Amino acid sequence: MRMKSLERYTDTPDFEYATSGHRACQGCAEILALRLGLKVFGRDSIIAMATGCMEIISTPLPTTSWRLPWIHVAFENAAAVASGIESGIKIQMEKGKIAKKDINVIAIAGDGGTSDIGLQALSGAMERGHNFTYICVDNEAYMNTGIQRSSSTPFGAMTTTSPPGKKSIGQKTQKKNMPKIAVAHNIPYVATACPSYPFDFLAKIKKAKETNGPAYIHVLSVCPTGWRVPSDQAIHYGRLAVRTGVFPLYEVENGRYRITYSPEPLRPVTEYIKGQGRFRHLTDDLIAQIQEQVNHDWQELKNYSEMK
Amino acid sequence: MSANKGMEVSIAASVAAKLARVEVIAAYPITPQTHIVEHLADIVANGELDASYINVESEHSAMSACVGASASGARTFTSTSAQGMELMHEILFIASGMRLPIVMAAVNRALSSPLSIWGDHSDVMAARDTGWIMLFTENGQEVVDSIIMAFKIAEDRKVLLPVMVNLDGFSLSHVIEPIQFPAQEDVDRFLPPYAPLYTLHPDRPVTMGAYAMPELYTEAKYGQEMAIRNSKAVVKEVMDQFSTEFGRKYSIVETYNTENADTVFMALGSINENIKTAIDILKDNGKELGLVAPRLFRPFPADELVEVLKTKKKLAVLERAMPGGAMNGPLYNEIASLVIQNGLNIQLENFIFGLGGRDVEPDELIDLFEQVSTSAKVVHADNKNYGVIGVRS
Repeated sequence: MRMKSLERYTDTPDFEYATSGHRACQGCAEILALRLGLKVFGRDSIIAMATGCMEIISTPLPTTSWRLPWIHVAFENAAAVASGIESGIKIQMEKGKIAKKDINVIAIAGDGGTSDIGLQALSGAMERGHNFTYICVDNEAYMNTGIQRSSSTPFGAMTTTSPPGKKSIGQKTQKKNMPKIAVAHNIPYVATACPSYPFDFLAKIKKAKETNGPAYIHVLSVCPTGWRVPSDQAIHYGRLAVRTGVFPLYEVENGRYRITYSPEPLRPVTEYIKGQGRFRHLTDDLIAQIQEQVNHDWQELKNYSEMK
Repeated sequence: MSANKGMEVSIAASVAAKLARVEVIAAYPITPQTHIVEHLADIVANGELDASYINVESEHSAMSACVGASASGARTFTSTSAQGMELMHEILFIASGMRLPIVMAAVNRALSSPLSIWGDHSDVMAARDTGWIMLFTENGQEVVDSIIMAFKIAEDRKVLLPVMVNLDGFSLSHVIEPIQFPAQEDVDRFLPPYAPLYTLHPDRPVTMGAYAMPELYTEAKYGQEMAIRNSKAVVKEVMDQFSTEFGRKYSIVETYNTENADTVFMALGSINENIKTAIDILKDNGKELGLVAPRLFRPFPADELVEVLKTKKKLAVLERAMPGGAMNGPLYNEIASLVIQNGLNIQLENFIFGLGGRDVEPDELIDLFEQVSTSAKVVHADNKNYGVIGVRS
């Protein structure tokens, strides 16, 4: 199935809101995703960013990579800060203190800042129905502090706090399903995306921007440093994550699931796993387990998408 | 100027926030702060105040939302107590470090464990070095006036710091007192709309909350420290201006019967009304004792305290927080530092009282005052440097 092309690449402006000179690692897919995504949001946007890689690489005093109003407060509260900004600008517009116009409020956090320490603040903001977009840039571990496991780290992965050993297979839990948690809040728009599929990603950003109410986008962002892959392979591994069904691309509009890119027939997960240093220790048995889980999750997603 | 109105102090505090025309309120319920945020919710629901009311899911998010709202240029208010203040502790430092003029009514309550919903100062004392300007209040009128003054202090371009208005849980927050409310047009004249220096707005993009390398962190914190130290002059100015506009006189250090007394007492908050009563009773018996009550606790009004204390022989510091293993209570420690640095020849005593809502009767205060003023140095049980009033061992 070809995804419906909602945008042409030429529609994205040349202007850079995330400028060069930042300190991201070579091949970082997170900054690539943000650079592209912000072009769709455009100039009338305010960013609230959690502590993490994207914050640290972009704003050592007295410099900044952001050509948009940008605020960082702490690790676990990007959604709460965004709530305050959205409420603050809304009341000031109502009172005539600032001119009325559509301003996109965007909260950005990593997988730790979203699925672990920031989950409560995010849940609160989604439940209250603030008009904002939350972007989780998921590189599947606490990369900023040196590759520690999060609840978003996949089963079997090696991190510095889920090391494989005589009594350990690496990460022993399954990746937390954040998009499903967002869907459970009955918010109008939830999507998964990956910068390896930029058209799909940008179309989703556009939908999130146009959504009235909370929108949640979960972006798989390959981290060559933490995944132990060559820095020119971030796009490649993002594609493999999608084509193997490890990270399916879909969206949920008002509760209705739609797979936006079908990778069927799924490639075997070994194609994704092999070559990644973080999975180097996995035995065939464990890889078979992962394959089984992926098949199950993919079928479940297909069932959801067929529900009317 | 309106007539006196009998009103619960919490309700009066929310009316003060309304008079200040707050624009964003982000709050999470905790006893004994609840009546403030409940009544504010009513005020907003009835359309009496044009404000966004954010029902956050925790105090951590309350202060985080306040930071976001204040950074967007809105006049921002919240209120909390005890565990709530602890949960927002992390963000208290960030609010002051980012120089955001948020005002918070802190309804002071004991910290768990053991759980206690009742009043003391362990919450604010645990937050005393967060870089917030801190005011303490003695009665309902002071609470109302302080909340209005707090915004003017916080939003002054020479200050730009958050302000915490402390009021004792229950013993002040839940009592009904006669309150005189200033007229809205007078408050509007005294406190014009907040005109921020920088806001989060696409027309003028700024980066807020950048991080500092070792080369800059010290300078950033030093600048902030200078701002809070220099804010004392603005606090004084605002109090003077308030006196001129509304007729009620405030000073950063209040004194009571200190002219004739060699022995003086010091405490923060609503206990000071009881202390004044005890001083009056003893005065009738021919004993002259005084009270030194800092209304401003941060920045610490050192010069003003020295001015009062330099001629005194004895000072007993009464405070509502356990030292937690320190030499003495937090207020005493600060006073001890002040005495040493200024070479004052004054004897100090330290008493802990009123923990977790424990009542202190005027008779107990009178006994204590007799003891302090007649003995050379009070000897405390268990070799402590301080006494704990009414403790059963």
